[in-house]
Amino acid sequence: MIMVAENGKPSIFGRISSLIPLGLFGTLICFLPQVAGGAVYRIRLNWIPSLGVTLSIMIDGLSLLFALIICCVGLFVTLYAADYLPQASDRRRFFVYLHGFLLAMLGLVLADNLLGLFVFWELTTIISYLLIGFESESATARQNARQALLVTGAGGLALLVGILLLGEIAGTYDIAQITLLSDAVKADPLYLAVLSMVFLGAFTKSAQIPFHFWLPNAMTAPTPISAFLHSATMVKAGIFLLARMHPILGGTFAWMGTLVIVGGLTAVLGSVLAIRACDMKRILAYTTIMALGILTMFLGGKTTPSLTAAMTFLMVHSLYKSSLFLVVGIIDHQTGTRRIDQLGGLLKPMPITAFANAAAALSMAGFPLFFGFIGKEIMYKGALTEDVFPIYATAAAVLANSLMAAVAGILIIIPFRGELQKTPAVAREAPPAMWLGPATMGGLGLIFGIVPDWIGRWLIKPAVKAFHPSMEVIQLKLFYGINEPLLLSIATLSLGATLYLLRKPLRQVIGSALERLPGRFEQLYSGALDGLAGIARTQTDFLQSGSLHRYLSVIIGFVVVAVGLPLVAGGRLPAAMPNSGSTITGWLVVGIITLAVIVVVGAGSRLLAICCLGVVGAGVALLFLIYGAPDVALTQLLVETLTVVIVALVLLRLPNLNSRRPVPLPVRLSNALLAVAFGTLISALILTVSQTELDRSLTYFFEANSYIAAHGRNIVNVILVDFRSLDTLGEITVVALAGLAGYALIQTRKES
Amino acid sequence: MPSLILKTATRLLVGLILTFAVYLLLRGHNAPGGGFSAALIAGTGFALFAIAEGPSAVRRALRVAPQHIAMGGLVLAIVSGLAGTLTGRTFLTGVWWIWQPGRPHEVAVGSPLFFDVGVFLAVLGTILTLILALEEN
Repeated sequence: MIMVAENGKPSIFGRISSLIPLGLFGTLICFLPQVAGGAVYRIRLNWIPSLGVTLSIMIDGLSLLFALIICCVGLFVTLYAADYLPQASDRRRFFVYLHGFLLAMLGLVLADNLLGLFVFWELTTIISYLLIGFESESATARQNARQALLVTGAGGLALLVGILLLGEIAGTYDIAQITLLSDAVKADPLYLAVLSMVFLGAFTKSAQIPFHFWLPNAMTAPTPISAFLHSATMVKAGIFLLARMHPILGGTFAWMGTLVIVGGLTAVLGSVLAIRACDMKRILAYTTIMALGILTMFLGGKTTPSLTAAMTFLMVHSLYKSSLFLVVGIIDHQTGTRRIDQLGGLLKPMPITAFANAAAALSMAGFPLFFGFIGKEIMYKGALTEDVFPIYATAAAVLANSLMAAVAGILIIIPFRGELQKTPAVAREAPPAMWLGPATMGGLGLIFGIVPDWIGRWLIKPAVKAFHPSMEVIQLKLFYGINEPLLLSIATLSLGATLYLLRKPLRQVIGSALERLPGRFEQLYSGALDGLAGIARTQTDFLQSGSLHRYLSVIIGFVVVAVGLPLVAGGRLPAAMPNSGSTITGWLVVGIITLAVIVVVGAGSRLLAICCLGVVGAGVALLFLIYGAPDVALTQLLVETLTVVIVALVLLRLPNLNSRRPVPLPVRLSNALLAVAFGTLISALILTVSQTELDRSLTYFFEANSYIAAHGRNIVNVILVDFRSLDTLGEITVVALAGLAGYALIQTRKES
Repeated sequence: MPSLILKTATRLLVGLILTFAVYLLLRGHNAPGGGFSAALIAGTGFALFAIAEGPSAVRRALRVAPQHIAMGGLVLAIVSGLAGTLTGRTFLTGVWWIWQPGRPHEVAVGSPLFFDVGVFLAVLGTILTLILALEEN
């Protein structure tokens, strides 16, 4: 994808819309002092009271930390995107999606009701589909958007099952109340089922092994979207879910073991793949997978160090990852490429971008004085005291962090050092609205690294307290003294430097190793998708053969068997012909109908056949009239007339009946058999019904109330437009939509 | 080419048929008729018109695309249902205005009448959508 540097004016609409995240940020930050003091705000709105669904908001340390990150990154991404997007693209649509996504994400983290949380969860899935597929003319974008939708949507379904089970166990969907019942939930026999469903939801959303493959593919989205989705939002939804569920479901061996193992594997895999990638955006996508793995791993723990590590790293990662994505976007925007092997020497033309990039990447590497360093110190402390598999967790953290340091080295040095490379567009510094975000967030990474105490007290501590009010809290400090984490940090940085120097052979080794790996998860996904499409095609070909004759035979045959069998088996066949009410007129009409039917069967032309069918219908209408149902007779007559008109219009375009090859005798015989069977069935059915005593209480009710309650003397019409008008509304909706569908069919035939 | 007799008769008949349709629509609440039957009659009238004069003449006479008539009917039906909601009762509850109640010539006009007109328009619009499309094909 090549963007031209000159793309006209920034979007005013986009700039104005940045007031949304700004205003929300301002509102939310007002809660900070009280929440840091331990207060929890609950705002409750009844939504579907009959189902116990409330649209309730809970502002505690955890949700406030997430919400502030979302708004902060959302603000910078909006400002950035207003300059980034080319004027030709549909920018308003973009900002509507972007803010829709932001609001859905805020709803998700602030929800205090599991069903409310789920609704917002699904909203993020759906809007992320629109965002990833924003460049909808590109087949790759559509395909990748669909992949993200299917993977995260399937996880969403699993989550719904988990939530419903949890609601059944606890008897409420209120998160705060379920938290109080945590012990009962963990003792329930369904606990493991709930746990696996919740994990499926979180793992698909947060791209854990084996569902990680959708995340790098989602990079087809415009870069501001990637920055927003993969630093602060979308993928963090799974992390948030795990954090929210931690007080309810966490602390058991199944919870800890699964999260530590899966998280550790994901972290190492993500960082290994990051080293190998060439496209800067893909590098960042893989490092995001690494970060999500780390977060998952530490949410597996139940003690203070590990949860503090998760919350601190959450912030560290949001800051550096969003600014790195935006920097890559700037490079792409200003030079026309984001392949690391085509870039070099950008320090001179783009000094501010280089600063923002370096600050963010150093934080990612966990370099001293940067926020990432503190995050890493606490991470090692958490890994060493992890409740299960501490050695595994420590090894995974050290390995992943060393690889991260090497990747950071690649990102800092290669695009900016050395000779200026020739790129599709001439490199120069980006406009201020674009570098503002990455520079601010990169700078914040440095400030928070030097004075971590403030951020620890106001943001991290309340978030950790949200897991359990009695949690002890670790103070964030620049230097904890010479201890194991510091030694591990030193080891990490030196290993990272070595890996950086060895990056070329390393890439080759990883590449060949990956090729030798048998089935990849993405192939499994596409295989499953192809299989599904194949089954759909086979069964469609089988069921929807396109032959009207076959459809009708199947439907009528089914009715004959399904209705006729119970009738015969139940011994409810009519005993005798009813004798009441048969008049000469009635028999005359029956005679006409029979005659018309005989002509239809023998008719040589379609027009004759359809006209005789009209006679049959009119005869039935006459019968209705004779037996006192004028409204039904009227409607029947009119429908028959219109049917004849419409069918005649269609018939004029069909070949003559005789010009077709003759229908073979066996088919004719089976048709006749089916027709006779169906006719017998309907006659028997009506005779049976007419022998049963009717319950006339409804009739009496309508007769008594039609005029009093609905001011009408025609009961049929009163029922249609008043007593049962909702049914009628449904019916006319179906009629109108069927009309549109038919119109569309006729139009496509016309075009082809 | 349609015959002169058909064309001439159609001129007379279409107006008559449409008037009859409106008559059926309005009297439906108290005597056989109603939105659905009226729409079928009107649809037959327009079909006759289309056969005699061609579908483009019908489109010109309608001025509004038939799909829009159908959708407008749906909207009218829903809006008439909202009248119940606005007066604090459930959706689609009839709201009535009665002129000279209790007298022999009392006239009751209510939201179900508008609902029935909605049914009429929805069904008529659908029929016309299909008939005109088929005629033009």
